[in-house]
Amino acid sequence: MAADLVAFARAVTQGAIKVVDLTQTLSQEFPTIVLPPELGQCAPFRIEEVSRYDERGPAWYWNNITLGEHTGTHFDAPVHWISGKDLPNNAVDTIEPHNFIAPASVIDCSRECADNPDFELTVPFVEAWEAQHGRIPPGDWVLLRTDWSKLPYPQYAGMRDDGAHTPGPTPGVVKWLVEQRDVHGFGTETIGTDYGQAQHFNPPYPAHFYMHGKGRFGLQCLTNLDKLPPKGAVIVAAPLKIKNGSGSPLRVLALIEEAA
Amino acid sequence: MAYDGIVACAPVTVSYRRFSINSAHWWIGRALHDLTRAAGIKPSDIDGLILSSFTLAPDTAVGVTQHLGLTPRWLDHAPFGGACGIVALRRAARAVQCGDAQFVACVAGDTNHVDSFRKTLTTFSRFAQDAVYPYGSGGANACFALITKNYMNLYGARREDFGKLCVDQRDNALAIPFAMMKKPLTLDEYMNARPISDPLHLFDCVMPCAGAEAILVCREDVARSLHVPFVRLLATIERHNAFPDDPIQYRGGWAMDVDELWQMAGVTPSDVDLLETYDDYPVIVTMQFEDLGFCHKGEGPEFIRSHDFTVDGSFPHNTSGGQLSTGQAGAAGGYLGLTEATRQLTGKPIGHAVKDAKIAAVSGFGMINYDRGLSSGAAVLARAS
Amino acid sequence: MTRPLEPPKRKNPLKKTKQPLYPQSIRSRTAQGLTAAAALGRFELQKCLDCDAVIYPPRDVCPKCLSARVPFVPVRNGGQVLAETTIRTSTDPYFRERTPWRTGLTKLDVGPVVLSHLHGDVREGARVRLDLRLDKGGAPVMIALPDQETQHMADDPQLREMTCDPKFRRALITDGRGAVGQAMAQAFSEAGASIVFVGVADPWKPFPGQDALSKISCVEIVPLDVTDSESVTEQAEQIGGRVDIIVNTAEHVRPGGIMQRHGLTVAREEMDIRYFGLLRLAQAFGPGMRARGADGTNSAAAFVNLLSVHALMNWPQYGGYSAAEAAALSAAQCLRAELRPGGVKVLNVFFGPLETEWFQTVPPPKVAPAALARAVVQALQRGQEELFVGDIAQDIRARLAVNPKALERELG
Repeated sequence: MAADLVAFARAVTQGAIKVVDLTQTLSQEFPTIVLPPELGQCAPFRIEEVSRYDERGPAWYWNNITLGEHTGTHFDAPVHWISGKDLPNNAVDTIEPHNFIAPASVIDCSRECADNPDFELTVPFVEAWEAQHGRIPPGDWVLLRTDWSKLPYPQYAGMRDDGAHTPGPTPGVVKWLVEQRDVHGFGTETIGTDYGQAQHFNPPYPAHFYMHGKGRFGLQCLTNLDKLPPKGAVIVAAPLKIKNGSGSPLRVLALIEEAA
Repeated sequence: MAYDGIVACAPVTVSYRRFSINSAHWWIGRALHDLTRAAGIKPSDIDGLILSSFTLAPDTAVGVTQHLGLTPRWLDHAPFGGACGIVALRRAARAVQCGDAQFVACVAGDTNHVDSFRKTLTTFSRFAQDAVYPYGSGGANACFALITKNYMNLYGARREDFGKLCVDQRDNALAIPFAMMKKPLTLDEYMNARPISDPLHLFDCVMPCAGAEAILVCREDVARSLHVPFVRLLATIERHNAFPDDPIQYRGGWAMDVDELWQMAGVTPSDVDLLETYDDYPVIVTMQFEDLGFCHKGEGPEFIRSHDFTVDGSFPHNTSGGQLSTGQAGAAGGYLGLTEATRQLTGKPIGHAVKDAKIAAVSGFGMINYDRGLSSGAAVLARAS
Repeated sequence: MTRPLEPPKRKNPLKKTKQPLYPQSIRSRTAQGLTAAAALGRFELQKCLDCDAVIYPPRDVCPKCLSARVPFVPVRNGGQVLAETTIRTSTDPYFRERTPWRTGLTKLDVGPVVLSHLHGDVREGARVRLDLRLDKGGAPVMIALPDQETQHMADDPQLREMTCDPKFRRALITDGRGAVGQAMAQAFSEAGASIVFVGVADPWKPFPGQDALSKISCVEIVPLDVTDSESVTEQAEQIGGRVDIIVNTAEHVRPGGIMQRHGLTVAREEMDIRYFGLLRLAQAFGPGMRARGADGTNSAAAFVNLLSVHALMNWPQYGGYSAAEAAALSAAQCLRAELRPGGVKVLNVFFGPLETEWFQTVPPPKVAPAALARAVVQALQRGQEELFVGDIAQDIRARLAVNPKALERELG
């Protein structure tokens, strides 16, 4: 086994196994989730220079950063939602670390989303994908490829008079993925794992409600999903070990076999 | 009460210099040195001292006593600008009269560094700080421009009238080696000179310089025993903040006390053989002609037009040139007329002599606080015999 | 007849920028009573409580009756110019490069004779109104203005030295997302600003009034987020050399007290926008503005802070907000001292509740954004440093002057 691991590491270095970065750069301009103004808001990413080879520190450059647990590309832990609040090992510092490495099934609906920001992922759509690529294995991440990360920020955020308009899953398909397919978690390119207008679903925000309610995880603001095969990519997604953390920004990497 | 038996002697002028790197202490020291030599006394004989200077900071008169090694039993500091000579004379005379001191040295001296003038202005007075300096003139010129303009509006004085004063004074100055201005001045040059602050032009304004002046006050019998030529003090007046309700200054404090001056002196203006006025600006000279009784208020312009102010003219005036030609050596400008009058009356003028000078009137003015000069004074001196 | 101001030509980038200078600004403590009046745009002189004499220059004792009760009070400012002079040369460096400069003596109807600057339309013998203004160095000076308003009066070169007139200047309104910022952009455009930069944060989030804002004449929308140091620095690099007046309209109004609130996130937002935001703007734009205080017709002139009057006394119903406003006020006072050597004024504007969404439940009187914007423009045209807008602000100010402790109780 040890030799296999070392061979694996060499394969990564030499490019036989390719590392695809699914992470958006943490920057001030990247949109954050916007909640009604009376409620608490997610802190945007901010960076303050401490010194830059100057009188504040002659030979070094470093910054202090401020951000929320849910800023930019980030991981959601079950404790983040009311439905998962009492589960064991439900915070980023108590989730068992083997959960941070898992394969992914990537469901492509980029064509359907191209002219429809209100695209809803449904059970029939997933079943049709399975008909082509095979059943979603238990313990897989389900990643929703919408190519949404390629849009300029205003369209990416999709904010209108009645809130955000971005694609996402119906309550039905989330429940099905958890109960019928035993998935590891749900990942999206959009801000939030849920459909933009999910406040009007029953239950509201089902991707959070059902996933976290059953101790599963979330990933959002992913990018480069178009570089992944429908099946077989292995995702490494290890959130910061924040005390009682509900989530954290993180580096999400996908390992894929380089095409011969 | 008169000044019987009180005399002034040993007039000293330390040659003026445009700029000096020396301190006021140095200039005052020079004046005292020359004073003791002229009077034939030792420094330790000086038991009274009254001092005036704008550039002595951080010292006052007290610091100077130790600096110069004097041990006076009578000491005063006279910050009265151009009136300091007259005021010093008044103070010193009473001190000697009462026996508080035997020899009172009256000294004024100032240095002039390249930035002295500007720096002096910024700390000149509280009213100047709050209500004058922020208005742009960088000095007293704008204030006196306004006073001049007002006087011209009131009494029909013309620039030519003021110019005549300047031209005649310059004539007198040509014989004075320590005078800063060495060339003759024509009325044309006066009229066409660079404007400073309308209606004042270059030759209406004095040139600041470094210098010192001094005189010794003592009893007549003491002066005689030293064989030092002296002048008698007939009368003096002094006033500060006169006529505060005059909207713009058109008369000085002399007008309040002029009758007392001539009464005490026992002579009249027509007895005066030479007049030394304080000439920071020609308009103030004109006011002194009026307020000292040489003509009526408002007749100044006519008085100027009808007299010749040169040393041998019909009305010898500022016979060493006045500050407008010698330069203003700070507080020493308040002594310029006093030392010149003393020299003329003792027959030892530096320049040309006023013929048969028996009676001299000397006038001082100074301390522009806000919009007017606050201090004024005058003295009448007489030849010893 | 005042010549109308010419629109400034483009700056020659090869020419040295004229360094800021200002007249002597030392004043006695008593004379600072004039500073207080000039800062607010008032005309006040000392009046003896015992003999009614009106006193100038400032004194500590009545020159008529020696009373020590000589407070500053509003007095009538009419008078007549007795004599004028035109200064052609000066030892003062500021005036030396601004001659010819006219001053004169005015006899006020209420008594004193005042040495003052003269507006170009004022002649010897004329009836005038004396105005108290803050000169380039922020010190109080008198200027005699024509009795009746004259054409292009504000364009007089001596008067314009004392004002922060938006005309022909370029303004930066830091936040155009809200009603106040939008009203400010409109007011500056109408006041003759040549460019009105309007900062907008989070351009991916639409906001009401967005279309109308971009249509206002001379408005240029720029990305600017006062909570983001890099954003502010970057904007300063882009436009800093072309900003003459900054109006910081970035606001954060939320109800709630200190103990009463749950958690600190709102307070952090308040401080980040109101206090740190001001610091970011000051650090990024301040040095450039200070260096350009004498840079021609469109010299850098003012930094305007919009502050709740409750920066002066906390209003517990909006206690967290009041505290952040207080922090901003203190910082603004520091900024005032830092910008003064450049001849750039800091104008602090105080108001009570506004007619905006976060003061929705507060009963009137409230200040409409358009009224606030107009008042700010007027205060800049007069070169004021302090401005209280609306009934509540004036009321709070009056109560503070008499008994701050009583006000504290009245507010809480």
